[in-house]
Amino acid sequence: MCTACNTFLDRLIDRGLLIETGVDGLYGRSGAFESVIDGFDAAISRIGGGDGAEVIRFPPGMNRALFEKSGYLKSFPNLAGTIHAFGGDDAAHAGLVERLAKGEDWTQHQALTDVVLAPAACYPLYPVVAKRGPLPPQGRLFDLNSYCFRHEPSKDPARLQMFRMREYVRVGTPEQVTEFRQTWLDRGQALVGSLGLPFHLDVANDPFFGRAGRLLANNQRDQRLKFELLVPIDSEEKPTACLSFNYHQDHFGALWGIRTSGEETAHTACVGFGMERVALALFKHHGLETARWPDDVRRALWG
Amino acid sequence: MNETLRRILAQHGKLAVDAASLGETDDLYAAGLTSFATVQLMLAIEDAFDIEIPDRLLNRRTFASLAALESCVAGLVGEKEPA
Repeated sequence: MCTACNTFLDRLIDRGLLIETGVDGLYGRSGAFESVIDGFDAAISRIGGGDGAEVIRFPPGMNRALFEKSGYLKSFPNLAGTIHAFGGDDAAHAGLVERLAKGEDWTQHQALTDVVLAPAACYPLYPVVAKRGPLPPQGRLFDLNSYCFRHEPSKDPARLQMFRMREYVRVGTPEQVTEFRQTWLDRGQALVGSLGLPFHLDVANDPFFGRAGRLLANNQRDQRLKFELLVPIDSEEKPTACLSFNYHQDHFGALWGIRTSGEETAHTACVGFGMERVALALFKHHGLETARWPDDVRRALWG
Repeated sequence: MNETLRRILAQHGKLAVDAASLGETDDLYAAGLTSFATVQLMLAIEDAFDIEIPDRLLNRRTFASLAALESCVAGLVGEKEPA
């Protein structure tokens, strides 16, 4: 037994729900933890599955050239994860092994690869949609789920460096995408309510970097482009965003050249579900043993 | 100042209209100014007038029109120069 289990993270690790790797924000997950993720995933599908979304599963790495064009580095350079690989010859390899043995910096011949880690499930989607040509009159709807990476090591178990994000993404006219977002604002509250979690909705902003970022964040809030559904997990004062509802206006449509059937620049919106965050919220509020969770919560997850 | 602001707008605003034809109080967002273009505007204005726009003014209202920008810049240039 853990003798100094002070924090929620300690208790999760002690119970074996999360498995330490030695890096903050990077954990293995137990079978019990995964069954909650699976249950929540299925609960989302029960609500959104009838909408006819096209299912796409991208790997957690994305095309670096497309990532560079996406503008992510303008806004979140500190969160991005780029993948490097050894590009040297035999002599460079010998040097690497030697420096490694001495505990010195061995990364001299590490070079950028063509792959970066996906920062959000929808980033690889937009260029794919653009390539298909103008949208059909009803627009398009996608169902995504991917491991994502954000470099923000933390002791808060709800701030993981690698986590899963399920998303529905709507691409279409401003009317189509704002209606989609409103629908999911309603559905998201009903869903989280059915899980017996305390929550509230709030206007939010993305964590844009630097002074330019403060301007972008203020603009985003002024225009009410992002809402978050917040549940207290690690702290009551700073509740955690478990779902987010984002209206990108024509940002991605203009960037990637996505056109509507009426040859206008397409607008986009997405609803994102932080899978681990919702699971953690459930463990926080209903206890670490899923068998003891309230029956209606168990039914909402596992039918 | 007005001429400099118009030149910066033409260069960095990525507007759908000619910056020279803008009225003082015309809504720049309606003229096509995007959030990301306001960042470029902010940097160019700070550079041109040797000022730093403080956090409290980093919002949509500051960049809403030529008149709003002039008032912001005039205030900051005024603060900089001793009376």
